[in-house]
Amino acid sequence: MSNSTTKPSAARPVSNQSGKAKSAAVKNKTARKKTHSSKNKHTANKPISTSADWNYGLVQEYYSTIESIADDFELDTYPNQLEIISAEQMLDAYASVGMPIGYNHWSFGKHFIQNEQQYRRGHMGLAYEIVINSDPCIAYLMEENSMMMQALVMAHACFGHNSFFKGNYLFRTWTDAEAIIDYLLFAKNFIAECEQHYGVSAVENILDSCHALMNYGVDRYKRPNPISMREERRRQKDREAYLQSQVNDLWRTIPTMEPALDAKNKTRFPSEPQENILYFIEKNAPLIEPWQREIVRIVRKIGQYFYPQRQTQVMNEGWACFWHYTILNELYNRKHVTDGFMFEFLQSHTNVVAQPDFDNPNYNGINPYALGFAMMSDIRRICETPDKEDKKWFPEIAGSNWRETMEFAMKNFKDESFIAQFLSPRLIRQFKFFSILDDDEDSEMEVAAIHNDAGYHHIRQKLSEQHNLSINEPNIEVFDVDIKGDRSLTLRHTPNNRIPLADSTPEVLKHLHRLWGFTVKMETLDDNGKRAETGRCPALDENAR
Amino acid sequence: MQIIDRRLNQKNKSTVNRQRFLKRYRKQIKEAITKQISKRSVTDVERSESISIPGGDITEPTFRSAPGGRRERIYPGNKEFNKGDRIKRPPPDGKGQGRRASDQGEGQDDFAFEISNDEYMEILFEDLELPNLKKNKLKKLINYKNIRSGFNTDGTPSNIDIVRSLKGSLARRIACQAPLRQTLKQKQGELDKIEGEENHNNVELKNKLADEIEKLKLRIKRIPFIDSFDLRYKNFEKLPQPTTNAVMFCLMDVSGSMDQQTKEMAKRFFILLYMFLKRTYKDVEVVYIRHHTQAKEVDEQEFFYSQETGGTIVSSALKLMQEIMHDRYPVNDWNIYAAQASDGDNWNDDSRICNKILSESILNQVRYYTYVEITQREPQNLWHEYTKLVEERQNFAIQKISEQKDIYPVFREFFHKQSVN
Repeated sequence: MSNSTTKPSAARPVSNQSGKAKSAAVKNKTARKKTHSSKNKHTANKPISTSADWNYGLVQEYYSTIESIADDFELDTYPNQLEIISAEQMLDAYASVGMPIGYNHWSFGKHFIQNEQQYRRGHMGLAYEIVINSDPCIAYLMEENSMMMQALVMAHACFGHNSFFKGNYLFRTWTDAEAIIDYLLFAKNFIAECEQHYGVSAVENILDSCHALMNYGVDRYKRPNPISMREERRRQKDREAYLQSQVNDLWRTIPTMEPALDAKNKTRFPSEPQENILYFIEKNAPLIEPWQREIVRIVRKIGQYFYPQRQTQVMNEGWACFWHYTILNELYNRKHVTDGFMFEFLQSHTNVVAQPDFDNPNYNGINPYALGFAMMSDIRRICETPDKEDKKWFPEIAGSNWRETMEFAMKNFKDESFIAQFLSPRLIRQFKFFSILDDDEDSEMEVAAIHNDAGYHHIRQKLSEQHNLSINEPNIEVFDVDIKGDRSLTLRHTPNNRIPLADSTPEVLKHLHRLWGFTVKMETLDDNGKRAETGRCPALDENAR
Repeated sequence: MQIIDRRLNQKNKSTVNRQRFLKRYRKQIKEAITKQISKRSVTDVERSESISIPGGDITEPTFRSAPGGRRERIYPGNKEFNKGDRIKRPPPDGKGQGRRASDQGEGQDDFAFEISNDEYMEILFEDLELPNLKKNKLKKLINYKNIRSGFNTDGTPSNIDIVRSLKGSLARRIACQAPLRQTLKQKQGELDKIEGEENHNNVELKNKLADEIEKLKLRIKRIPFIDSFDLRYKNFEKLPQPTTNAVMFCLMDVSGSMDQQTKEMAKRFFILLYMFLKRTYKDVEVVYIRHHTQAKEVDEQEFFYSQETGGTIVSSALKLMQEIMHDRYPVNDWNIYAAQASDGDNWNDDSRICNKILSESILNQVRYYTYVEITQREPQNLWHEYTKLVEERQNFAIQKISEQKDIYPVFREFFHKQSVN
């Protein structure tokens, strides 16, 4: 949660147009009333509304019309719950990463202040919507939105994101939409209780330390057990006792009768390196109390809940944008909405899916909305009207049923594999992608590939890697614990392409030291497999004194 | 699908977290405020304050990669590059060229945000309190205010609450009529039954029933529409109101020896005192008295900015203050504070008179009297006279200011919580 990459899945920084909506509202009041009273939603040829103003009746009507279109496209979704909120509440929702219930921590306050400042000064527009992966799927509509925006949000969040949450394999394996709200409530109450018992600052310290390691609280390669979060909660009490007994076992100090093993035969603990540092702490840290263990677990579980979001940004947003675009166009084709509605829609849609060039002052990395939307639309194009190049590059999907193919793509990929599989040469040309190789042993940078025949594969591969979390985040594992000796914990950092660790590392080691209770060391492997100690907490000389 | 309107739910979900943030970084915020206080001007006392604290202090550390090593990234919008082109590495600062342009105006390293005026005051005056507040607290309870407190069965007609009274009337009528109506209904039923029968041989019984029905109806009618029992009166209670008025006397020497810079410093001090009083009292009136050889009550503008020349007689100001207190600010109704600023110049003989006026009259009536001497010279006779007073009087304090940055510490010194000492 402390990481900026775990943004709410659909925070779109485009300012809203409430002013416009209000001025138009008065003018069209009578017209709106008329449409509202004629309840029949299938009066084709007659738009549902002509005003920019919205009300419950209209939201309901748009929703059911959109729903029927979504049904025609066979989108499979959780039930929806729309919540109308004000701009201030949207800021609140931002600060808590979109979670409807969150425990208290200063860092959320910091984010709130940051967002509020930027919003007040006009540096940032608010997202039109936030959607939560839960069952029912909760989508926030802002009251300032115009009717068009509400319709867009419904199509985007209630059908786009919602069906993605329900279908994508990562969300299916990692999150339990049914129980997340319950779990968050449990977490909030548990942490509030701990604050009562042990004091706010004691709890804050643990949370700080856990947040620092939050991104290292997931198993990247292992699938989690499919226990529901509700079940977890039921078992929390038993677990406290059980976990503690396990830990006690591990740290039993009564000498055994066996003769001491010589250094060569010494078995390492853990026997395999552990990538999930928080999990390792939760199970093995010798000194933390049961309640602290539970907090470690809570932070880990919430981090895990966000993990799929971080891995599917491009796909998730692309999917949602594709569907709001398709659905709203279908609304127009069926003459449910006016030309004005479509103009307003296209204007905000193009803003959202715009990709500024690298030399543009607005360039801020590759826009996941732009890439995702382009790729999703491109898959449909390849299925429906493949050309020669498509047939060569995508023989298995060219000419296939587009709806089935997209469903397959949505369900079984994450960003890196999705890009590796479906990025077409046509899109590489369209985005004019190029690759820059920046090697600190070289005095200059080099253009490694551009959008031509020789470069397509290279660019596709590199772009895929760029979206791979396990390559982008430093590879750090729990390597060894000196059980028989000073109980120090050794982390091993295996650099990827010699990329060093940032200077925030000593701070994180301090946090880890707080959780572990004994010395924490960081080892770095160099290219030749030689290891060197690159960090230690507490620092060595302090220890000696 | 269901729609839930959350707009009426509480808005300030983040308040707790915000408070925690402010609490955690109180030290840094306090430093920032202390730095800023000398820049603040009298006109914007009431607005929120923009605070900026070092960004490095508030980052949340995570394992991250640093620049360096060998990395390859994809960018959109190729225009002139070809494979194998060599490009000069941009200076490390300009990484992601465009990014910086869209950043906030402030330096990227600082975390700037706004705190409300209340929060500002809270931090600014943390650990400070008004001295001698407790002593005559009870004496202050003089005013009473009428406040509504429920309803009463007794009162003056002008206070009758019509809705309540009619509710009572309706309830009473229903209660009193119910048994009568029940009997009525029963008799009416019997009568109808008799009348329904073919042979009217039971005339006697019929007449008797009709008679009884008539009587019952009359009884029902006689139940009054409104009774004194129904009446409800709005109830008022008198609530003692502690005096919340305060007056602050600003006394300043404007003789030739006080230059504009010295006056600016005095002004800062007065502003601080004003803000501080404002926190405790609802209304704070300010009386400006300036003096050279004569004293005069003036408005703020004239007080701070008009230039005078001539000698200095401090006692003239004290006398004027005495008069004004007597005429307009009786001690029973007002909490009186006074702050005097001067560069220490005075006629030699006058200082003793000042001492006398203060000790015999003014100090008995004011809650606190502060004197700041703004000078870089050695203290002069006024200071010496005042020093004597400090030992005798608890509500009298003096301090020296020689530079702008002394003002806030000196102010804190004056009002430091006495329990802490």
